[in-house]
Amino acid sequence: MSDPRKVAVLKGGGSLERTVSLRSGARAQQALSRLGHDVIAIDAGPELVRQLHECQADAAFMALHGRDGEDGTVQGLLEAIGVPYTGSGPAACMRCTDKALAKYLMQEAGIPTPDFTAIKETAIKELGVAAALPDIERRLGFPLVVKPASQGSALGVKFARSSVELPQAIVGALSYDRKALIERYVKGRDLAVSVLDGSAGPVALPVVEAIPREEEFYNYESRYEIGMTTFVCPAELPPDTTELAQELALDAYKLLGCHGVARVDLMLDADTGALSVLETNVGPGLTETSLLPLAADAAGIGFDDLVARILGSAFTR
Amino acid sequence: MDQSSSAGGDRRRARPAAHELARYEALFAARTRGMKSSAMREMMALTERPDVISLAGGLPDTSTFSPELYAKLMSQVAASSTARALQYGPTEGMAATARCIVEVMAQEGTLADPSEVIVTTGGQQVIDLVCKALIDPGDVIVAEAPTYPGAVPTFSAYQADVEQIEIDADGMPIDALESTLDRLQAEGRRPKFIYTIPNFQNPGGVTMSLARRRRLVQVARERELLVLEDNPYGLLRYEGEPLPTLYSLDAENASPQSGGGGSDLVVYLGTFSKILSPGLRLGWAVAPRPVLEKLNLGKQGSDLCSSPVTQMFVAAYFAERDADGRPAWIAYVERLRDLYRRRRDVMLEALEEHFGGRASWTRPEGGLFIWATLEGNVDTTDLLARSEGVAFVPGRAAYMDGRRGSSSMRLNFAGVPDADIREGIKRIGRIMGGDKGLLGTLTGTAPAASPAPASTASEPEPDEPTSLADVVALPRRDAADAHTARRRRDR
Repeated sequence: MSDPRKVAVLKGGGSLERTVSLRSGARAQQALSRLGHDVIAIDAGPELVRQLHECQADAAFMALHGRDGEDGTVQGLLEAIGVPYTGSGPAACMRCTDKALAKYLMQEAGIPTPDFTAIKETAIKELGVAAALPDIERRLGFPLVVKPASQGSALGVKFARSSVELPQAIVGALSYDRKALIERYVKGRDLAVSVLDGSAGPVALPVVEAIPREEEFYNYESRYEIGMTTFVCPAELPPDTTELAQELALDAYKLLGCHGVARVDLMLDADTGALSVLETNVGPGLTETSLLPLAADAAGIGFDDLVARILGSAFTR
Repeated sequence: MDQSSSAGGDRRRARPAAHELARYEALFAARTRGMKSSAMREMMALTERPDVISLAGGLPDTSTFSPELYAKLMSQVAASSTARALQYGPTEGMAATARCIVEVMAQEGTLADPSEVIVTTGGQQVIDLVCKALIDPGDVIVAEAPTYPGAVPTFSAYQADVEQIEIDADGMPIDALESTLDRLQAEGRRPKFIYTIPNFQNPGGVTMSLARRRRLVQVARERELLVLEDNPYGLLRYEGEPLPTLYSLDAENASPQSGGGGSDLVVYLGTFSKILSPGLRLGWAVAPRPVLEKLNLGKQGSDLCSSPVTQMFVAAYFAERDADGRPAWIAYVERLRDLYRRRRDVMLEALEEHFGGRASWTRPEGGLFIWATLEGNVDTTDLLARSEGVAFVPGRAAYMDGRRGSSSMRLNFAGVPDADIREGIKRIGRIMGGDKGLLGTLTGTAPAASPAPASTASEPEPDEPTSLADVVALPRRDAADAHTARRRRDR
């Protein structure tokens, strides 16, 4: 076990995923205490910098989700004040948080990702983007999934079956971010592959499959709702599909420059059997029902061990 | 990929999927599956910040209660009844508290027998206990649509099948209730009780008409169903004539041999939360004796008894007289009425100013809430996300499926000062305006939302007559659609 350190667990904050973050943070704190570290909990607010200065922590453990905590803001701040922290650096955070940017990068690098278009609110207001909607619809085809470019939860994720539904779905998504992603809907299986850094470099954990309880085609939102989904790990997949999913996850992880830990979400197309990467989360949840601890456990890595490894990433940048 | 780069290799086989979640999953009761934490709830938790004007809560304004009186009553209870206040009390509640409850109900013209009262930990516990006593998984509860958002998780926890009946300006339409009951009967499903908030409905703000009240108790009688009458706000009427409670209407019909002269199919739910304080956590039920016994048994399992400290506080408070010798609690309710009436009017005025033409809303004669429904397919959950510094309850929270009601919102006018009401409504109006402009731009029914230089804003389409040039710069879909869109805007 590593030397006892003074660790500040950063959690909460003002993002829409605050509640989940508080739960992730609380679990990380317990694990860190069990590991013998000196733990200070910080709810990321206006006092964040003062608290960090005061506590003189050896490292910050990032349990923040969503805005500020996952988009590179807090990471940049920690760099500025010289506190080592777990997980990805500011640039990787920005690349992953902006789903449009991540998808463009993946397209360039040849990592399969569902076809899409990104629309900015300002472009609607000032550049007449509305006139391009028919082209977008034609190119991507219905049904479409519309989501805020930077939001990690179910909020603002809308399903548009036709031209009539698309504009309101875009406005809805733009409530959460200045940019909305319009993505071709892939009907198939929801997979997630967590990636964890180790002494021999990043390693893909077993694949998790999220199976919605209700087989409701149009109820896209329920897929993201706790209690509406059953998770299976390791996912029951042919070995080569598992391998390819893990490979794609590692590719995305490396391409986006992630560090320490990340969760890569994928789709397995029901019709073609093709895998594609939807997005990469640099701040995966650590709650009882989160996918990262689930995958780690299936790989024989207990929760405390997982937290120890994530903490290690603060000192290996 | 080779095995070494996948940590799911050999060790996985050694521990076959014995992951944490599955361990808990096997232990969780089936009913927890219905208990969901939705993204919307997460978001509402986020709005509980001091810098946010909250029109979301179901809060009365407790700052209006006299601190001196509170201190005096508390020390009175402490000094005169230390041992009793600190001791367990009877499950059904203390006799002195039951007498206060009878007094409150008498103010609404409802006669209750103190021996048919059970004191509960808030009105919320009544909903829980009634479900506990009556609902097996899959049993049907008929409720209003929208319904009290706080009842939704309770109904879900008991795995009830909830049929929601859309309300109108006069509350639950009894025709619709009857056809629902007929359909349920045809399907071989028997509802256990009808859940209704007849006065100033939460969240709808409407009041059930007298004619419907009479028919409701009649229907319940004919079909031998129980009615759970949730009446937290009955005394908070700001205008119009008070209407008799369902409990009292049914008591008129009740057969004399059925017992104490009360109703024999209405379970009445009351609370001190809105007329005194929600912090006391004291509510009550008045129920037919056989039901009362089950509620009592259920309560024994839940919490043995409600706090004797706060029960004695209530009894002491009800003994207070003001300078004119009138009961102090009645004077306080009158003060609340005046205050909330004014706040309701402030909110209605603000709605007219900031929501006018873009939404419809109810005009409640009492209670705490206004229910506003926006035009178009706007999701108020999204609106809440966009809102800076103002909170409300998205309409979805009032529907069991969490999806209907998405264009509506519940607004509380009672809990915050006038200035905050005005500012809060103004802020929501501003966000709505922004959204609508954006949508208009996307659908081609409005010009670009942000002010653009005149030369670009009015650049006509080549084949458009110049007189329409200011209407739209972005026609999409076919010509017929654009034409309709234009007409719509001209109206």
